[in-house]
Amino acid sequence: MTTVTPELDRLFRDAAAREQLLDVAYDFVDSPIGTLLVAGTERGLCRISYDADPERELEQLARSFGVRVLRSPMPLDPARRELDEYFHGRRRAFDVDVDVALLADFNRRVLGELARVPYGEVVTYGELAARAARPRAARAVGMVMNRNPLPIVLPCHRVVGANGKLVGYAGGLERKEALLRLEGAIL
Amino acid sequence: MVTLPPFERFYEEHRDEVYAFLVRRLGRDRADDAFQETFLRALRAYPKLRHTDHLRAWAFTIAGRIVVDEYRRTRPTVELPELAGEDGRPAFAELEHLAEDLPPTERAAVILRYGYDLDYADIGAALGSNASAARQAASSGVRRLRRQEMS
Repeated sequence: MTTVTPELDRLFRDAAAREQLLDVAYDFVDSPIGTLLVAGTERGLCRISYDADPERELEQLARSFGVRVLRSPMPLDPARRELDEYFHGRRRAFDVDVDVALLADFNRRVLGELARVPYGEVVTYGELAARAARPRAARAVGMVMNRNPLPIVLPCHRVVGANGKLVGYAGGLERKEALLRLEGAIL
Repeated sequence: MVTLPPFERFYEEHRDEVYAFLVRRLGRDRADDAFQETFLRALRAYPKLRHTDHLRAWAFTIAGRIVVDEYRRTRPTVELPELAGEDGRPAFAELEHLAEDLPPTERAAVILRYGYDLDYADIGAALGSNASAARQAASSGVRRLRRQEMS
């Protein structure tokens, strides 16, 4: 059987992005904390997932952003480069645009505050709630962190329990610990 | 409400057989461009599809249309090839059989409209033209079929 060569496959995936025919472009990015599925729309990065099995993730992306979901490495090149720099300790803040347009207002506001927490520092859920003008919403803030569509870039790993314990992380506590160690926030 | 699979799934499932079809029809050199064009056209029309039952036949219809265009462009005197994939006849084989003597554009328009229930905007996109051209092709195809039936 004649099969599509990797070169031709790549040409099509590039052309689809260049002609702006995609609702979502995604690709896989290797990192010290596992392979990441990274996805973006025309507006910016919309998803970073630790899930090794992308099937469910693609369905979810199609439901949220539209069915034209295609693996297309080229549009993700800037994000890949920034993530590589971050994991090599050469980048402390991300410059890529993010697409959080579909999120609820509260989630967007909390994630906006989260984005201001500096590299290498931590805040508690309660503090972050207070910064988002909802001082008693620590638990709701926890839920927002749990559903953060863009971990690492929106640094929910920098949010810890009131006692300083790491508490929880959608990607698993080991990853949270690894990220905080990389940033020098814990030893 | 139709749930289409993410385009990646559609592409992965059909790319190799569509490519093999294009290589058989056009040779390897010209198949590469035709392959890209097939799936770019499919991408343009994909979100507007109304059902998911005949995605394979739909992919072959687009590829077949591109083969026809390519023959016209490069060898206008050569006889036109068959339109759809030759293997695994889809559910609307009967309609395809009825329509097989129609000119290629009319045939594709009739099959996509009445066999696959696409609207004219989708058909226009699949054929690389537009909705009104697709409507015209389908209705002249139907008229031609009626004349065939009466004669």
